[in-house]
Amino acid sequence: MLKHTDNIIEVKDLVKKFGSFVANDHLTFNVKKGEIFGFLGANGAGKTTALRILSGLSYPTSGEVKVAGFDVYKEGEKVKKNIGYMSQKFSLYEDLTVRENIRFYGGIYGLSNKYIKEKTESLLERLKMKDIQNSLIKSLPLGWKQKIAFSVAIFHNPKIVFLDEPTGGVDPITRRDFWEMIYEASDLGITVFVTTHYMDEAEYCDRVSIMDQGRIEGLDTPGELKKQFNAKNMDEVFIKIAR
Amino acid sequence: MKEIAVEVQNLKKSYEKVEAIKGVSFSVSKGELFGLIGPDGAGKTSILRIITTLLFPTDGKVTVLDLDVVKDYKKIRTNIGYMPQRFSLYQDLSVEENLTFFARIFGTTIEENYDLIKDIYSHIEPFKDRLAGKLSGGMKQKLALSCALIHSPDILILDEPTTGVDAVSRKEFWEMLIRLKEKGITILVSTPYMDEANLCDRVALIQNGDIMSIDTPKKIIGDFGRKLWAIKSNNIYKLINDLRRLDFIDTVFPFGEFLHVTSTEKELNIIELKSVLHEKKHTNVEIQEIEANIEDCFMQLMNS
Repeated sequence: MLKHTDNIIEVKDLVKKFGSFVANDHLTFNVKKGEIFGFLGANGAGKTTALRILSGLSYPTSGEVKVAGFDVYKEGEKVKKNIGYMSQKFSLYEDLTVRENIRFYGGIYGLSNKYIKEKTESLLERLKMKDIQNSLIKSLPLGWKQKIAFSVAIFHNPKIVFLDEPTGGVDPITRRDFWEMIYEASDLGITVFVTTHYMDEAEYCDRVSIMDQGRIEGLDTPGELKKQFNAKNMDEVFIKIAR
Repeated sequence: MKEIAVEVQNLKKSYEKVEAIKGVSFSVSKGELFGLIGPDGAGKTSILRIITTLLFPTDGKVTVLDLDVVKDYKKIRTNIGYMPQRFSLYQDLSVEENLTFFARIFGTTIEENYDLIKDIYSHIEPFKDRLAGKLSGGMKQKLALSCALIHSPDILILDEPTTGVDAVSRKEFWEMLIRLKEKGITILVSTPYMDEANLCDRVALIQNGDIMSIDTPKKIIGDFGRKLWAIKSNNIYKLINDLRRLDFIDTVFPFGEFLHVTSTEKELNIIELKSVLHEKKHTNVEIQEIEANIEDCFMQLMNS
């Protein structure tokens, strides 16, 4: 796609070792602005390690990593301010209300009270959740939680949002509502970085990388990968790489 | 007449105010591989726990091998193998100790039924002294299946065995199930993965405590009953919004790189639609008629 030209993430020769174990073995890839980038691999392939480095929570052993224009070695705090993060499991406080969760995250990112207030109103409006703004998160269906978690993760207008295993378990229509939110965010210029081991999720991404044993073994659009591996879906691509 | 292994009639289950199962009926024939397909919260686990005699029904009748799940629960338990959704083995026992434990509970030995589990257990046997808690996800799954089979049950009941495992283990697991079915074991399995429906003889599609459809995957797809098109362009988000504004377009669902689209008319004039989309500045437009899959059917049933 034409809109994706500037790199928002640049990774060159990233290595991460834990003792003698090489969790990330010379990863090199770029993610473009506004792109939906799928980061796939089996459990233990090294996805989480790389994700922690990209989000400023861990340092690489060697290599160059720039996220949103900042060097993860020297400017970790700036990286954190410019990214959002959502995981299926840990994103929201179950015993706070919808409104309190939004307020909490807005506060953490240092947004002004005025901004938080105004944006909360427009967000609740858009999510059609005005009626339930004072309900505890734990009382809500999974699909609603997902939408709120995603909205909270991009509340401070980050340049990149990391989605860690975002959509497992919901019904197929709710899942598609969620992907439409992701498309919308991407359309607004937010880069979406999705880690998942659900291969059919990969089909929604502009480009995907597939990791196996610490290395990137495939990186292209889903269409090209399917051609390259002579596979009819991403499941087959993955099986051919991992077997 | 096929012999019935599991019969569920107008089953209801409520948890305080929540009606988790709203009166479902289905039967599983002997030797059949039957799938309960639906998302989290659909009621799959409640149904399976009632069939395995671990939970009382609120209303309705359920029999397993002609035995009543409430009255004859003890007899039923010796005839079924159950693999719950959460890893239920003893993490601080070794692989072999777990298997021995389950064999003894049912008054048998590993040796007696080794043939049945050999195909599965041989993958993890090299690690038989390892603690179960230290196994990888795929290996835990194989051990749990071995433990569920060690007493040679007539019916195997599996609750989301493939949730959270990678594509390779998922494929291997289904290959194992199909080999067990060939040995004559009746299998009842639940899954949230729609594509796994195609590997079952028959499936029940479940949503919100109700069964929306029960049939062979092929028949369910045949019942979709209308034409379906896959459409894409250079800007998928704009394409969703533009298509929804056209009066001859009915449903538009993202489906990987494409959108799956139905029309309010019998046919879609592809040439006309292409020119409309070009006017709206879409490039690289592709439109092709496709066959519905189980997920398309599931969504159509949810909407109807």
